[in-house]
Amino acid sequence: MLNRQGRPTTPHAAANSAVTGTITGNRGLQMEEALIFEIGEEGRTGVDLPDAPKVKDRLGGLKRQGRIGLPGLSEPQVVRHFVRLSQKNYSIDAGLYPLGSCTMKHNPRLNEKMARLPGLGDIHPLQPASTVQGALELIDQLAGWLKTLTGMPAVAMSPAAGAHGELCGLMAIRAALKARGDVRKRILAPESAHGTNPATAALCGYTVDPIPATAEGRVDLDALQAKLGPDVAAIMLTNPNTCGLFERDIKTVADMVHAAGAFFYCDGANFNAIVGKVRPGDLGIDAMHINLHKTFSTPHGGGGPGSGPVVLSDALKDFVPVPYVVHGSDGYRLVESGDAKSFGRMKAFNGQMGMFIRALAYMMSHGADGLKRVAEDSVLSANYVMASLKDVMTPSFEGPCMHEALFDDRFLKDTGVTTLDFAKAMIDEGYHPMTVYFPLVVHGAMLIEPTESESKDSVDAFVTTLRGLAEKAKQGDQVAWFQAAPQLTPRRRLDETRAARSPVLRWKPGSNGAPIDKAAAE
Amino acid sequence: MTTRYTKDHEWIRLDGDVATVGISDYAQSQLGDVVFVDLPAPGKKVDAGAEVAVVESVKAASEVYAPAGGEVVEGNQAIVDDPALVNRAAQTDGWFVKLKLSNKGELDALMDQVAYDAYLKTL
Repeated sequence: MLNRQGRPTTPHAAANSAVTGTITGNRGLQMEEALIFEIGEEGRTGVDLPDAPKVKDRLGGLKRQGRIGLPGLSEPQVVRHFVRLSQKNYSIDAGLYPLGSCTMKHNPRLNEKMARLPGLGDIHPLQPASTVQGALELIDQLAGWLKTLTGMPAVAMSPAAGAHGELCGLMAIRAALKARGDVRKRILAPESAHGTNPATAALCGYTVDPIPATAEGRVDLDALQAKLGPDVAAIMLTNPNTCGLFERDIKTVADMVHAAGAFFYCDGANFNAIVGKVRPGDLGIDAMHINLHKTFSTPHGGGGPGSGPVVLSDALKDFVPVPYVVHGSDGYRLVESGDAKSFGRMKAFNGQMGMFIRALAYMMSHGADGLKRVAEDSVLSANYVMASLKDVMTPSFEGPCMHEALFDDRFLKDTGVTTLDFAKAMIDEGYHPMTVYFPLVVHGAMLIEPTESESKDSVDAFVTTLRGLAEKAKQGDQVAWFQAAPQLTPRRRLDETRAARSPVLRWKPGSNGAPIDKAAAE
Repeated sequence: MTTRYTKDHEWIRLDGDVATVGISDYAQSQLGDVVFVDLPAPGKKVDAGAEVAVVESVKAASEVYAPAGGEVVEGNQAIVDDPALVNRAAQTDGWFVKLKLSNKGELDALMDQVAYDAYLKTL
């Protein structure tokens, strides 16, 4: 009894699939679980409500005719269903999460406690400003920290995530260009850029022009000079870049870009490596988003919303989107309209308040010295990984890295094992894989960002595992084992090609479950 | 009909005024299973080196650049309907677009089969 996706439709059906060899389809305490629409019975319910009194409805022809088709489950069934699903999840609370360019660091519990204070957790953005003075003060205080840490004069707090922040930055740049009557068409972005950079530029109506990297993984200044011209609106650069390297020519880049009349957007996704050490404002940057959900420890990766405030230079600060908080003799208030230069509004309300609280709690509990230490330890941790693995794996670039260690697949050459196989084998070892095949500028990339939250024991265990896998791959006769990985997970390797070519995006009544079973029985 | 190649692994083959463009067998093997292609509408004008199509595989999304400038005459609907055709027959039935070239001389700057094979060995 498999549905069209080859997935067992009921727990007991799994035994037939010979995936687990158990009668139940469970693997020990890893419970097999069907979709909620495939379990329960219509009419079963966890609540006991009296029938509605007989009243004549006025819905006329709008009254629902067919079945609503909601799953019918009792409360304990619902609880078990979602608990079992949650147990299939992997999270930073369960183990090391080495995804590069993601900064999956520990989310301190103090942040959560602060976010749940009734005076912050139980308020609504439409309350009169006089009743939420504390919340507005908190936004203002966080904005102050962000401006201090970046050395920038203004910050837009409302962007909801990194890519939204990029959009905010480019809209400010576009507004500034328009204000001086300058129409420019091109945005330059390095080949190693996050995919969101060219996507944002395209969304703002610009053409994207890639800048090649040098052999040592940094921006090629000659190529940049050749691409700069009077039609270039901005450059978008990540620093440290996605190869885990500091762009040491960044001030030269800024000068070149400004000399061409363009703006400098910095993708702040990797700010964790330099927070407290370098102020982007001193590097000639005009706009940069700060991922509170990375550098400042607010949950992300399915665990919570992002938040991407954008700091702006003197040249851009007048175009900051509304709303923003100001402080006057009558206390804090929000400026929501009437700012003629502002390019407008990006979000219904004032930003991700829950994330603001957590980020500020993180900053205040660390202090200025603690944040500096964050950057130092994250860089140390990544270099420890690189140094511990460089004799069995192949670092892509010479020299020390910043907060993430980039390897390529040269160490797998002639073994038949690919980066993907290697990553899948890590899952069997109980590790979430690192970022693979990104950045695109190196072959078979493996990008590891341990972050400062891991203990030395934890990093050592991780390194030992990767060493073991690398040595196993090099034995030469283990290709089949790698290609079969993961073998110990609830699901084996998924057919990514089929999923991409003919995606099944939603469950529909009759699309799987009973009708297919019936067909199979016939 | 000589096939010529770019360093970005596109191939181009001229037949009369119209050239057929695709990605090389090496490119398809590096991309892995192709799952989606986006082709330009006929009539679109492209310069040499400009993006003319997009190819997406399980691993990555990449641009296909025009090896020479010209006007798009036709896109290969067969690879839109069945992207796997790019993997099966990258240099024959899995072509991407036909271009009416504005300057055939641009082809001279590209690699021939021997040069391309030598180039692949350096990668």
